[in-house]
Amino acid sequence: LKQPDYITCRELIGFIADYLDGALSSEVVHEFERHLAVCPSCVAYLDSYRKTIRLGQMATVPSDEPASGTVPEGLLNAIRAVLGRSASPPSRQE
Amino acid sequence: MMPVLDSTDSFSTERATEQRLLDRLRTGDTAAFEEVVGLHAGRMLAVARRYLEQEADAQDAVQEAFLSAFKGIAGFEGESRISTWLHRITVNACLMHLRTKRRRPERSIDDLLPVFIEDGHQRNPSRPWKPFNESGIEGAELRDMVRSKVNELPQMYREVLILRDFEGLDTAQTAGALGLEYAAVKTRLHRARQALRTLLDPYMREGDD
Repeated sequence: LKQPDYITCRELIGFIADYLDGALSSEVVHEFERHLAVCPSCVAYLDSYRKTIRLGQMATVPSDEPASGTVPEGLLNAIRAVLGRSASPPSRQE
Repeated sequence: MMPVLDSTDSFSTERATEQRLLDRLRTGDTAAFEEVVGLHAGRMLAVARRYLEQEADAQDAVQEAFLSAFKGIAGFEGESRISTWLHRITVNACLMHLRTKRRRPERSIDDLLPVFIEDGHQRNPSRPWKPFNESGIEGAELRDMVRSKVNELPQMYREVLILRDFEGLDTAQTAGALGLEYAAVKTRLHRARQALRTLLDPYMREGDD
């Protein structure tokens, strides 16, 4: 029985976002994974695409940021000015 | 036996405290505004610094976010925490800055997309990436590098990436926030991820240390 041709690397890369979202039909997923089984370059591309998303998220998570105590007084005064008041720096700032 | 405050009680207490603060804000209580600034300005500035390279821009965005928040306090129903509401407003203020304060010519996204030869193979086959450590000094250096690469993306792609991948909005929400068609968000997101991948590739390939 003759196997159909493989999808190309260009086609596979075009499908990656939908593949990761689970938005492809089972037939397309089958073709996608059949290509991956014979193409190390696309395996590497898919892995690096996933890692790109993770790295971007990691670079923008707030966990390493101070919650308070490092707000410049100038900014606090500017915010107060926005509020229609010009007050001295806050006594509660730590 | 000592009374125990379980997590549900604690949650209810926090919500009640927030509701009282919200009620004071709605009456124009300036002390309540001060309290909100004291409680949330630091976190909002941290958010703005993640998306805007220049400190002055980050501070401007926080100022604008507070202005926007206090102007819109009547429309905030308390359906989310005040911190969540202010976070969203801060991200929006950052996006407005990205749209209006472009300081340098942007590179074409096409230069950052994979190139294919006639038969559909990649011109330059991809190589595996090394694993990465998300914590410690290595993690901090990696974060700075990734942020700088995100900032190299053209603004129209960066804003989709920020909302969809970093802020966790779904495609429809991102489309609504940016005034784009659903399909346009999908296309831009995929191109943005591919472009960022290209920018990160030299730093992340195995064997390139």
